[in-house]
Amino acid sequence: MSQREVLELLRENARYSTADLARLTALEERKVEATIEELEASGVICGYQAVVDWDRLAEERVRAEVELNVTLDRETSYDDIAERLSRFPQVTALRLVSGDYDFDMEVEGDSMREVSQFISEKVAPVPEITQTVTHYVMTAYKENGIELGDGEDDDRLAYSP
Amino acid sequence: MTFEPARRVRAVGPSGIRRFFEIAEERDDVISLGVGEPDFSTPWAARDAAIHSLERGRTSYTANRGMRQLREAISRYVADRFALEYGPGEQILVTAGASEAVDLAFRAFVDPGDTVAVAQPAYISYEPGVRFAGGEVLPVPTREAEEFRLTVAALEGAGAADAELLVLCYPNNPTGAVMERSDLEPIAEFAREHDLLVLADEIYAELTYEGEHASIAALEGMADRTIVVNGFSKSHAMTGLRLGYAMGPTDAIGAMNRIHQYTMLSAPTTAQHAALEALESCEPDVREMVDQYGRRRRFVLARFREIGMACFEAQGAFYVFPEVPDGWTSEAFAEELLREQGVAVVPGDVFGAGGEGHLRVSYATGLEDLREALARIETFISDHG
Repeated sequence: MSQREVLELLRENARYSTADLARLTALEERKVEATIEELEASGVICGYQAVVDWDRLAEERVRAEVELNVTLDRETSYDDIAERLSRFPQVTALRLVSGDYDFDMEVEGDSMREVSQFISEKVAPVPEITQTVTHYVMTAYKENGIELGDGEDDDRLAYSP
Repeated sequence: MTFEPARRVRAVGPSGIRRFFEIAEERDDVISLGVGEPDFSTPWAARDAAIHSLERGRTSYTANRGMRQLREAISRYVADRFALEYGPGEQILVTAGASEAVDLAFRAFVDPGDTVAVAQPAYISYEPGVRFAGGEVLPVPTREAEEFRLTVAALEGAGAADAELLVLCYPNNPTGAVMERSDLEPIAEFAREHDLLVLADEIYAELTYEGEHASIAALEGMADRTIVVNGFSKSHAMTGLRLGYAMGPTDAIGAMNRIHQYTMLSAPTTAQHAALEALESCEPDVREMVDQYGRRRRFVLARFREIGMACFEAQGAFYVFPEVPDGWTSEAFAEELLREQGVAVVPGDVFGAGGEGHLRVSYATGLEDLREALARIETFISDHG
Protein backbone atom coordinates (compact mmCIF):
# COMPACT_ATOMS: atom_id res chain seq x y z
CA MET A 1 0.00 0.00 0.00
CA SER A 2 2.77 2.43 0.91
CA GLN A 3 4.59 1.50 -2.32
CA ARG A 4 1.56 2.52 -4.35
CA GLU A 5 1.19 5.78 -2.44
CA VAL A 6 4.86 6.68 -2.81
CA LEU A 7 4.67 5.89 -6.53
CA GLU A 8 1.61 8.09 -6.99
CA LEU A 9 3.32 10.97 -5.24
CA LEU A 10 6.53 10.60 -7.25
CA ARG A 11 4.47 10.50 -10.45
CA GLU A 12 2.89 13.75 -9.28
CA ASN A 13 6.28 15.31 -8.57
CA ALA A 14 9.52 13.31 -8.71
CA ARG A 15 11.30 16.11 -6.89
CA TYR A 16 9.44 15.69 -3.61
CA SER A 17 12.10 15.28 -0.97
CA THR A 18 11.99 12.17 1.17
CA ALA A 19 11.04 14.50 4.05
CA ASP A 20 8.03 15.75 2.08
CA LEU A 21 7.07 12.21 1.11
CA ALA A 22 7.29 11.19 4.76
CA ARG A 23 5.04 14.07 5.80
CA LEU A 24 2.53 13.29 3.05
CA THR A 25 2.31 9.59 3.81
CA ALA A 26 2.87 9.73 7.58
CA LEU A 27 5.67 7.18 7.11
CA GLU A 28 9.13 7.39 8.67
CA GLU A 29 11.67 9.00 6.37
CA ARG A 30 13.79 5.86 6.52
CA LYS A 31 10.81 3.80 5.42
CA VAL A 32 10.24 6.15 2.48
CA GLU A 33 13.88 5.89 1.44
CA ALA A 34 13.76 2.12 1.68
CA THR A 35 10.57 1.98 -0.37
CA ILE A 36 12.09 4.10 -3.13
CA GLU A 37 15.27 2.04 -3.18
CA GLU A 38 13.19 -1.11 -3.44
CA LEU A 39 11.13 0.31 -6.30
CA GLU A 40 14.27 1.40 -8.13
CA ALA A 41 16.09 -1.88 -7.58
CA SER A 42 13.15 -3.94 -8.81
CA GLY A 43 12.86 -1.78 -11.91
CA VAL A 44 9.38 -0.49 -11.12
CA ILE A 45 10.86 3.00 -11.14
CA CYS A 46 12.94 3.08 -14.33
CA GLY A 47 14.06 6.70 -14.20
CA TYR A 48 13.15 10.28 -13.42
CA GLN A 49 12.62 12.92 -16.08
CA ALA A 50 11.40 16.47 -16.42
CA VAL A 51 8.09 17.06 -18.17
CA VAL A 52 8.89 19.69 -20.77
CA ASP A 53 6.66 22.13 -22.60
CA TRP A 54 8.76 22.48 -25.76
CA ASP A 55 6.47 25.19 -27.10
CA ARG A 56 7.87 27.54 -24.48
CA LEU A 57 11.45 27.03 -25.60
CA ALA A 58 12.89 29.34 -28.25
CA GLU A 59 14.69 26.52 -30.05
CA GLU A 60 12.76 24.26 -32.35
CA ARG A 61 11.96 20.75 -31.20
CA VAL A 62 10.01 18.50 -33.50
CA ARG A 63 8.10 15.49 -32.36
CA ALA A 64 6.16 12.91 -34.31
CA GLU A 65 3.91 9.98 -33.57
CA VAL A 66 4.60 7.20 -36.03
CA GLU A 67 2.28 4.29 -36.71
CA LEU A 68 4.19 1.21 -37.83
CA ASN A 69 2.88 -1.94 -39.45
CA VAL A 70 5.12 -4.98 -39.54
CA THR A 71 5.12 -8.46 -40.98
CA LEU A 72 6.54 -11.21 -38.86
CA ASP A 73 8.30 -14.32 -40.06
CA ARG A 74 9.40 -17.44 -38.22
CA GLU A 75 12.70 -15.90 -37.29
CA THR A 76 11.48 -12.47 -36.18
CA SER A 77 9.20 -11.51 -33.29
CA TYR A 78 7.70 -8.20 -32.22
CA ASP A 79 10.34 -8.09 -29.49
CA ASP A 80 13.12 -8.36 -32.05
CA ILE A 81 11.78 -5.42 -34.03
CA ALA A 82 11.20 -3.42 -30.88
CA GLU A 83 14.74 -4.06 -29.71
CA ARG A 84 16.14 -2.81 -32.98
CA LEU A 85 14.01 0.34 -33.05
CA SER A 86 14.52 1.15 -29.38
CA ARG A 87 18.26 1.52 -29.91
CA PHE A 88 17.79 4.67 -31.99
CA PRO A 89 18.19 7.71 -29.74
CA GLN A 90 15.57 9.55 -31.81
CA VAL A 91 12.92 7.09 -30.57
CA THR A 92 11.58 8.37 -27.23
CA ALA A 93 8.73 5.89 -26.81
CA LEU A 94 7.75 2.65 -28.43
CA ARG A 95 4.69 0.58 -27.69
CA LEU A 96 3.08 -2.48 -29.24
CA VAL A 97 -0.60 -1.67 -29.56
CA SER A 98 -3.82 -3.34 -30.60
CA GLY A 99 -5.87 -2.01 -33.49
CA ASP A 100 -5.12 -0.89 -37.02
CA TYR A 101 -1.36 -0.84 -36.68
CA ASP A 102 1.26 -2.68 -34.66
CA PHE A 103 3.66 -0.22 -33.09
CA ASP A 104 3.12 3.27 -31.79
CA MET A 105 6.45 5.08 -31.90
CA GLU A 106 7.35 8.56 -30.68
CA VAL A 107 10.26 10.30 -32.38
CA GLU A 108 12.04 13.54 -31.55
CA GLY A 109 14.44 15.67 -33.58
CA ASP A 110 15.66 19.22 -34.03
CA SER A 111 13.86 19.75 -37.32
CA MET A 112 11.20 18.22 -39.54
CA ARG A 113 13.91 17.38 -42.03
CA GLU A 114 15.82 15.43 -39.39
CA VAL A 115 12.74 13.50 -38.28
CA SER A 116 11.67 12.76 -41.86
CA GLN A 117 15.12 11.59 -42.77
CA PHE A 118 15.29 9.35 -39.75
CA ILE A 119 11.99 7.70 -40.63
CA SER A 120 12.75 7.28 -44.32
CA GLU A 121 16.36 6.25 -43.95
CA LYS A 122 16.44 4.30 -40.70
CA VAL A 123 12.95 3.06 -39.95
CA ALA A 124 11.28 2.39 -43.28
CA PRO A 125 14.16 0.21 -44.57
CA VAL A 126 13.81 -2.26 -41.69
CA PRO A 127 12.76 -5.36 -43.67
CA GLU A 128 9.81 -6.33 -41.45
CA ILE A 129 8.27 -2.86 -41.53
CA THR A 130 5.60 -2.73 -44.22
CA GLN A 131 4.14 0.73 -43.60
CA THR A 132 4.81 3.92 -41.68
CA VAL A 133 2.33 6.73 -41.08
CA THR A 134 3.86 9.83 -39.52
CA HIS A 135 1.88 12.39 -37.52
CA TYR A 136 3.81 15.50 -36.57
CA VAL A 137 2.88 16.96 -33.20
CA MET A 138 1.53 20.45 -33.71
CA THR A 139 0.76 21.47 -30.15
CA ALA A 140 1.00 19.54 -26.89
CA TYR A 141 -1.67 20.18 -24.29
CA LYS A 142 -0.89 17.52 -21.73
CA GLU A 143 2.20 15.40 -21.06
CA ASN A 144 2.60 12.68 -18.44
CA GLY A 145 -0.59 13.74 -16.73
CA ILE A 146 0.50 17.37 -16.50
CA GLU A 147 -1.43 20.04 -18.33
CA LEU A 148 0.84 22.34 -20.30
CA GLY A 149 0.40 26.03 -21.01
CA ASP A 150 -0.58 28.78 -18.62
CA GLY A 151 -1.72 27.50 -15.26
CA GLU A 152 -5.06 28.88 -14.22
CA ASP A 153 -4.78 31.52 -11.54
CA ASP A 154 -6.45 30.87 -8.24
CA ASP A 155 -9.30 33.36 -8.49
CA ARG A 156 -10.88 32.44 -5.20
CA LEU A 157 -11.21 35.11 -2.55
CA ALA A 158 -8.14 35.37 -0.34
CA TYR A 159 -10.45 34.92 2.64
CA SER A 160 -13.78 33.16 2.84
CA PRO A 161 -15.85 31.91 5.79
CA MET B 1 -33.41 60.62 2.57
CA THR B 2 -31.14 57.91 3.90
CA PHE B 3 -31.82 54.28 4.44
CA GLU B 4 -31.53 53.46 8.08
CA PRO B 5 -30.98 49.72 8.46
CA ALA B 6 -33.29 47.90 10.81
CA ARG B 7 -32.07 47.40 14.40
CA ARG B 8 -31.30 43.73 13.89
CA VAL B 9 -29.13 44.62 10.88
CA ARG B 10 -27.36 47.42 12.74
CA ALA B 11 -26.65 44.99 15.54
CA VAL B 12 -24.47 42.88 13.25
CA GLY B 13 -21.04 44.34 12.59
CA PRO B 14 -18.89 43.75 9.53
CA SER B 15 -17.03 40.47 9.30
CA GLY B 16 -13.85 40.21 11.38
CA ILE B 17 -11.83 39.27 8.30
CA ARG B 18 -12.91 42.24 6.19
CA ARG B 19 -9.83 44.34 7.05
CA PHE B 20 -7.54 41.51 5.99
CA PHE B 21 -8.92 41.61 2.45
CA GLU B 22 -7.60 45.11 2.05
CA ILE B 23 -4.11 44.19 3.26
CA ALA B 24 -4.09 41.13 0.99
CA GLU B 25 -5.01 43.26 -2.00
CA GLU B 26 -1.94 45.47 -1.50
CA ARG B 27 0.46 42.78 -2.63
CA ASP B 28 0.47 40.32 -5.47
CA ASP B 29 2.45 37.44 -3.96
CA VAL B 30 -0.04 36.38 -1.32
CA ILE B 31 -0.53 32.67 -0.77
CA SER B 32 -3.95 32.28 0.72
CA LEU B 33 -4.60 29.66 3.34
CA GLY B 34 -7.65 31.68 4.33
CA VAL B 35 -10.10 30.10 1.95
CA GLY B 36 -12.98 27.88 2.95
CA GLU B 37 -13.59 26.33 -0.43
CA PRO B 38 -12.06 23.51 -2.43
CA ASP B 39 -9.34 24.26 -4.97
CA PHE B 40 -10.63 21.42 -7.14
CA SER B 41 -13.03 21.93 -10.03
CA THR B 42 -16.52 20.49 -9.89
CA PRO B 43 -16.32 16.91 -11.24
CA TRP B 44 -16.72 17.01 -14.98
CA ALA B 45 -19.78 14.76 -15.07
CA ALA B 46 -21.65 17.21 -12.81
CA ARG B 47 -20.60 20.19 -14.93
CA ASP B 48 -21.65 18.32 -18.04
CA ALA B 49 -25.07 17.61 -16.54
CA ALA B 50 -25.47 21.32 -15.80
CA ILE B 51 -24.52 22.22 -19.36
CA HIS B 52 -26.83 19.58 -20.78
CA SER B 53 -29.72 20.88 -18.69
CA LEU B 54 -29.14 24.36 -20.12
CA GLU B 55 -28.93 23.05 -23.66
CA ARG B 56 -32.26 21.33 -23.15
CA GLY B 57 -33.72 24.59 -21.91
CA ARG B 58 -34.41 23.28 -18.42
CA THR B 59 -34.39 26.72 -16.89
CA SER B 60 -37.77 26.99 -15.23
CA TYR B 61 -38.53 26.79 -11.51
CA THR B 62 -38.57 23.37 -9.98
CA ALA B 63 -40.85 22.28 -7.14
CA ASN B 64 -40.28 24.48 -4.10
CA ARG B 65 -38.69 21.59 -2.26
CA GLY B 66 -36.43 20.77 -5.18
CA MET B 67 -36.60 18.27 -8.02
CA ARG B 68 -38.20 15.05 -6.86
CA GLN B 69 -35.45 12.98 -8.49
CA LEU B 70 -32.80 14.92 -6.62
CA ARG B 71 -34.58 14.54 -3.29
CA GLU B 72 -34.86 10.80 -3.92
CA ALA B 73 -31.14 10.66 -4.70
CA ILE B 74 -30.33 12.64 -1.52
CA SER B 75 -32.54 10.29 0.50
CA ARG B 76 -30.64 7.24 -0.81
CA TYR B 77 -27.26 8.91 -0.39
CA VAL B 78 -27.68 9.93 3.26
CA ALA B 79 -29.11 6.50 4.10
CA ASP B 80 -26.08 4.78 2.54
CA ARG B 81 -23.40 7.12 3.83
CA PHE B 82 -24.66 8.34 7.20
CA ALA B 83 -27.46 5.98 8.25
CA LEU B 84 -30.01 8.81 8.06
CA GLU B 85 -33.60 8.01 7.07
CA TYR B 86 -35.46 10.87 5.43
CA GLY B 87 -38.35 10.54 3.01
CA PRO B 88 -37.93 12.47 -0.24
CA GLY B 89 -41.54 13.69 -0.15
CA GLU B 90 -41.71 15.97 2.87
CA GLN B 91 -38.53 15.56 4.89
CA ILE B 92 -35.96 16.99 2.49
CA LEU B 93 -35.72 20.57 1.28
CA VAL B 94 -33.25 21.56 -1.45
CA THR B 95 -31.83 25.04 -0.85
CA ALA B 96 -29.53 27.59 -2.44
CA GLY B 97 -26.45 26.39 -0.59
CA ALA B 98 -26.26 25.02 2.92
CA SER B 99 -26.15 28.67 4.03
CA GLU B 100 -29.75 29.17 3.00
CA ALA B 101 -30.74 26.04 4.90
CA VAL B 102 -29.05 27.35 8.06
CA ASP B 103 -30.75 30.71 7.66
CA LEU B 104 -34.14 29.09 7.12
CA ALA B 105 -33.70 27.03 10.26
CA PHE B 106 -32.97 30.15 12.32
CA ARG B 107 -35.88 32.05 10.85
CA ALA B 108 -38.25 29.11 11.23
CA PHE B 109 -37.41 28.18 14.82
CA VAL B 110 -35.98 31.25 16.56
CA ASP B 111 -38.35 33.86 17.97
CA PRO B 112 -37.16 37.31 19.02
CA GLY B 113 -35.41 36.95 22.35
CA ASP B 114 -34.80 33.22 21.98
CA THR B 115 -31.40 31.84 22.85
CA VAL B 116 -29.41 29.70 20.45
CA ALA B 117 -26.52 27.73 21.92
CA VAL B 118 -23.61 27.51 19.49
CA ALA B 119 -20.62 25.26 20.03
CA GLN B 120 -17.63 27.55 19.47
CA PRO B 121 -15.24 28.20 17.77
CA ALA B 122 -17.83 28.20 15.02
CA TYR B 123 -18.48 29.12 11.40
CA ILE B 124 -18.73 32.91 11.37
CA SER B 125 -22.21 33.15 9.85
CA TYR B 126 -24.14 31.47 12.66
CA GLU B 127 -24.15 34.46 14.99
CA PRO B 128 -25.32 37.01 12.38
CA GLY B 129 -27.93 34.49 11.20
CA VAL B 130 -29.34 34.12 14.71
CA ARG B 131 -29.37 37.89 15.16
CA PHE B 132 -31.11 38.52 11.86
CA ALA B 133 -33.80 36.17 13.17
CA GLY B 134 -34.02 38.25 16.37
CA GLY B 135 -32.35 35.73 18.64
CA GLU B 136 -29.27 35.80 20.82
CA VAL B 137 -26.29 33.49 20.63
CA LEU B 138 -25.19 31.64 23.73
CA PRO B 139 -21.56 30.64 23.14
CA VAL B 140 -20.68 27.17 24.35
CA PRO B 141 -16.90 26.96 24.30
CA THR B 142 -15.02 23.84 23.30
CA ARG B 143 -11.44 23.36 24.39
CA GLU B 144 -8.33 22.15 22.68
CA ALA B 145 -7.61 19.85 25.63
CA GLU B 146 -10.81 18.03 24.64
CA GLU B 147 -9.93 18.14 20.94
CA PHE B 148 -12.53 20.86 20.43
CA ARG B 149 -15.35 18.37 20.99
CA LEU B 150 -18.49 19.60 22.67
CA THR B 151 -19.11 18.22 26.15
CA VAL B 152 -22.12 18.15 28.44
CA ALA B 153 -20.05 19.97 31.06
CA ALA B 154 -19.58 22.84 28.61
CA LEU B 155 -23.30 22.89 27.83
CA GLU B 156 -24.16 22.95 31.50
CA GLY B 157 -21.51 25.55 32.27
CA ALA B 158 -22.87 27.85 29.58
CA GLY B 159 -26.47 27.43 30.71
CA ALA B 160 -27.52 25.80 27.44
CA ALA B 161 -30.33 23.87 29.12
CA ASP B 162 -32.56 26.92 28.68
CA ALA B 163 -31.73 27.51 25.02
CA GLU B 164 -34.23 26.84 22.25
CA LEU B 165 -31.78 25.49 19.73
CA LEU B 166 -28.29 23.99 19.76
CA VAL B 167 -26.04 24.45 16.73
CA LEU B 168 -23.42 21.80 16.04
CA CYS B 169 -20.97 21.83 13.15
CA TYR B 170 -18.88 18.67 12.91
CA PRO B 171 -16.48 18.15 11.19
CA ASN B 172 -15.86 21.65 12.38
CA ASN B 173 -15.02 24.87 10.66
CA PRO B 174 -12.58 26.27 11.88
CA THR B 175 -10.93 23.65 14.08
CA GLY B 176 -11.17 20.52 11.95
CA ALA B 177 -12.52 18.67 15.00
CA VAL B 178 -14.89 15.74 14.62
CA MET B 179 -17.39 14.23 17.05
CA GLU B 180 -17.57 10.47 17.18
CA ARG B 181 -20.72 8.60 18.02
CA SER B 182 -19.59 8.13 21.62
CA ASP B 183 -19.04 11.92 21.92
CA LEU B 184 -22.50 12.62 20.52
CA GLU B 185 -24.43 10.21 22.77
CA PRO B 186 -24.27 12.38 25.94
CA ILE B 187 -25.01 15.52 23.89
CA ALA B 188 -28.10 13.82 22.49
CA GLU B 189 -29.16 12.81 25.97
CA PHE B 190 -28.76 16.42 27.14
CA ALA B 191 -30.83 17.65 24.19
CA ARG B 192 -33.63 15.16 24.94
CA GLU B 193 -33.58 15.90 28.64
CA HIS B 194 -33.83 19.67 28.14
CA ASP B 195 -36.06 19.53 25.09
CA LEU B 196 -33.48 21.25 22.87
CA LEU B 197 -33.83 21.35 19.12
CA VAL B 198 -30.57 20.68 17.27
CA LEU B 199 -29.26 22.16 14.06
CA ALA B 200 -26.53 19.83 12.80
CA ASP B 201 -24.49 21.48 10.07
CA GLU B 202 -22.78 18.52 8.42
CA ILE B 203 -21.46 20.23 5.30
CA TYR B 204 -18.00 18.71 5.91
CA ALA B 205 -19.30 15.18 6.58
CA GLU B 206 -17.52 13.65 3.57
CA LEU B 207 -14.24 15.21 4.70
CA THR B 208 -13.69 12.85 7.61
CA TYR B 209 -10.27 11.27 7.42
CA GLU B 210 -10.20 8.69 10.16
CA GLY B 211 -13.27 6.59 10.78
CA GLU B 212 -16.76 7.37 9.59
CA HIS B 213 -18.78 10.53 10.03
CA ALA B 214 -21.39 10.20 12.78
CA SER B 215 -24.57 12.25 12.65
CA ILE B 216 -26.39 13.15 15.86
CA ALA B 217 -29.67 12.72 13.98
CA ALA B 218 -28.94 9.01 13.62
CA LEU B 219 -28.96 8.53 17.40
CA GLU B 220 -32.02 7.22 19.18
CA GLY B 221 -34.76 9.77 19.65
CA MET B 222 -32.87 12.52 17.82
CA ALA B 223 -34.38 12.41 14.32
CA ASP B 224 -37.52 14.16 15.52
CA ARG B 225 -35.65 17.04 17.16
CA THR B 226 -32.83 17.60 14.67
CA ILE B 227 -32.46 19.51 11.43
CA VAL B 228 -29.51 18.19 9.43
CA VAL B 229 -27.95 20.54 6.90
CA ASN B 230 -25.65 19.38 4.15
CA GLY B 231 -24.75 20.37 0.61
CA PHE B 232 -22.49 19.92 -2.35
CA SER B 233 -20.05 22.80 -1.91
CA LYS B 234 -17.31 21.04 0.03
CA SER B 235 -17.80 17.40 -0.89
CA HIS B 236 -18.23 17.96 -4.62
CA ALA B 237 -16.34 21.24 -5.04
CA MET B 238 -19.54 23.04 -6.07
CA THR B 239 -19.34 26.22 -3.97
CA GLY B 240 -20.38 28.55 -6.78
CA LEU B 241 -23.31 26.40 -7.81
CA ARG B 242 -24.97 27.13 -4.46
CA LEU B 243 -26.73 23.92 -3.68
CA GLY B 244 -27.51 22.53 -0.25
CA TYR B 245 -30.31 20.76 1.55
CA ALA B 246 -32.01 20.46 4.90
CA MET B 247 -33.48 17.27 6.33
CA GLY B 248 -35.73 16.86 9.32
CA PRO B 249 -39.18 15.95 10.61
CA THR B 250 -42.06 16.68 8.21
CA ASP B 251 -43.40 19.61 10.25
CA ALA B 252 -39.99 21.24 10.63
CA ILE B 253 -39.10 20.99 6.96
CA GLY B 254 -42.60 22.24 6.17
CA ALA B 255 -41.99 25.35 8.29
CA MET B 256 -38.67 26.02 6.57
CA ASN B 257 -40.24 25.46 3.19
CA ARG B 258 -42.88 28.07 4.02
CA ILE B 259 -40.15 30.72 4.16
CA HIS B 260 -38.21 29.22 1.26
CA GLN B 261 -41.24 29.23 -1.07
CA TYR B 262 -41.82 32.94 -0.52
CA THR B 263 -38.20 34.02 -0.71
CA MET B 264 -36.14 31.66 -2.85
CA LEU B 265 -39.06 29.81 -4.52
CA SER B 266 -36.71 27.04 -5.52
CA ALA B 267 -32.98 26.38 -5.65
CA PRO B 268 -31.25 27.05 -8.98
CA THR B 269 -32.43 24.47 -11.50
CA THR B 270 -29.10 24.12 -13.32
CA ALA B 271 -27.34 23.42 -10.04
CA GLN B 272 -29.94 20.80 -9.15
CA HIS B 273 -29.18 18.90 -12.34
CA ALA B 274 -25.48 19.08 -11.54
CA ALA B 275 -26.14 17.84 -8.00
CA LEU B 276 -28.22 14.91 -9.20
CA GLU B 277 -25.38 13.80 -11.45
CA ALA B 278 -22.88 14.40 -8.64
CA LEU B 279 -24.75 11.94 -6.42
CA GLU B 280 -25.29 9.41 -9.17
CA SER B 281 -21.83 9.20 -10.66
CA CYS B 282 -19.20 11.32 -8.91
CA GLU B 283 -18.36 9.14 -5.91
CA PRO B 284 -14.87 8.33 -7.34
CA ASP B 285 -14.17 12.07 -7.75
CA VAL B 286 -15.13 12.65 -4.12
CA ARG B 287 -12.85 9.84 -2.94
CA GLU B 288 -9.98 11.25 -4.99
CA MET B 289 -10.44 14.74 -3.52
CA VAL B 290 -10.70 13.37 0.01
CA ASP B 291 -7.47 11.39 -0.53
CA GLN B 292 -5.70 14.54 -1.67
CA TYR B 293 -6.97 16.54 1.30
CA GLY B 294 -5.91 13.69 3.57
CA ARG B 295 -2.32 13.89 2.31
CA ARG B 296 -2.23 17.64 2.62
CA ARG B 297 -3.59 17.40 6.15
CA ARG B 298 -0.75 15.08 7.14
CA PHE B 299 1.76 17.35 5.45
CA VAL B 300 0.50 20.52 7.12
CA LEU B 301 0.26 18.93 10.58
CA ALA B 302 3.79 17.55 10.24
CA ARG B 303 5.17 20.93 9.17
CA PHE B 304 3.51 22.79 12.04
CA ARG B 305 5.03 20.29 14.45
CA GLU B 306 8.47 20.83 12.88
CA ILE B 307 8.08 24.60 12.99
CA GLY B 308 7.26 24.29 16.66
CA MET B 309 3.68 25.58 16.53
CA ALA B 310 1.39 23.39 18.61
CA CYS B 311 -1.52 22.02 16.62
CA PHE B 312 -3.96 19.34 17.65
CA GLU B 313 -4.61 16.60 15.13
CA ALA B 314 -7.61 17.86 13.19
CA GLN B 315 -9.52 14.90 11.71
CA GLY B 316 -12.05 16.55 9.46
CA ALA B 317 -12.96 19.43 7.13
CA PHE B 318 -9.93 21.04 5.44
CA TYR B 319 -8.63 23.17 8.28
CA VAL B 320 -6.04 22.94 10.98
CA PHE B 321 -6.11 25.24 13.99
CA PRO B 322 -2.56 25.84 15.25
CA GLU B 323 -1.78 27.92 18.30
CA VAL B 324 0.02 31.23 17.87
CA PRO B 325 3.27 31.49 19.86
CA ASP B 326 3.28 33.14 23.29
CA GLY B 327 3.16 36.89 23.22
CA TRP B 328 0.95 37.13 20.15
CA THR B 329 -2.76 37.64 19.75
CA SER B 330 -4.36 35.77 16.86
CA GLU B 331 -5.12 39.00 15.07
CA ALA B 332 -1.64 40.50 15.45
CA PHE B 333 0.03 37.29 14.33
CA ALA B 334 -2.24 36.90 11.27
CA GLU B 335 -1.80 40.52 10.30
CA GLU B 336 2.00 40.57 10.64
CA LEU B 337 2.30 37.24 8.84
CA LEU B 338 0.30 38.66 5.98
CA ARG B 339 2.29 41.91 5.86
CA GLU B 340 5.74 40.37 6.21
CA GLN B 341 5.44 37.04 4.44
CA GLY B 342 2.33 37.35 2.30
CA VAL B 343 0.63 34.33 3.85
CA ALA B 344 -3.08 34.77 4.49
CA VAL B 345 -4.58 32.88 7.42
CA VAL B 346 -7.64 33.68 9.49
CA PRO B 347 -7.24 34.74 13.13
CA GLY B 348 -9.06 32.32 15.41
CA ASP B 349 -10.85 34.96 17.44
CA VAL B 350 -13.27 35.74 14.60
CA PHE B 351 -14.82 32.32 15.21
CA GLY B 352 -15.89 33.22 18.72
CA ALA B 353 -15.14 31.95 22.19
CA GLY B 354 -12.12 29.69 22.40
CA GLY B 355 -10.74 30.83 19.05
CA GLU B 356 -8.34 33.42 20.45
CA GLY B 357 -4.77 32.18 20.41
CA HIS B 358 -5.31 30.15 17.26
CA LEU B 359 -5.23 30.51 13.49
CA ARG B 360 -7.48 28.86 10.96
CA VAL B 361 -5.28 27.43 8.23
CA SER B 362 -7.01 25.94 5.22
CA TYR B 363 -5.30 23.24 3.22
CA ALA B 364 -7.75 23.53 0.32
CA THR B 365 -4.79 24.78 -1.68
CA GLY B 366 -2.28 22.98 -3.90
CA LEU B 367 0.66 21.25 -2.29
CA GLU B 368 3.27 23.48 -3.92
CA ASP B 369 1.62 26.54 -2.36
CA LEU B 370 1.28 24.77 0.97
CA ARG B 371 5.00 23.95 0.97
CA GLU B 372 5.90 27.54 0.18
CA ALA B 373 3.44 28.98 2.70
CA LEU B 374 4.71 26.75 5.49
CA ALA B 375 8.30 27.69 4.62
CA ARG B 376 7.33 31.36 4.92
CA ILE B 377 5.61 30.72 8.26
CA GLU B 378 8.80 29.00 9.43
CA THR B 379 10.83 32.05 8.41
CA PHE B 380 8.34 34.33 10.17
CA ILE B 381 8.61 32.33 13.37
CA SER B 382 12.40 32.34 13.26
CA ASP B 383 12.50 36.08 12.48
CA HIS B 384 10.41 36.72 15.57
CA GLY B 385 12.02 34.05 17.74
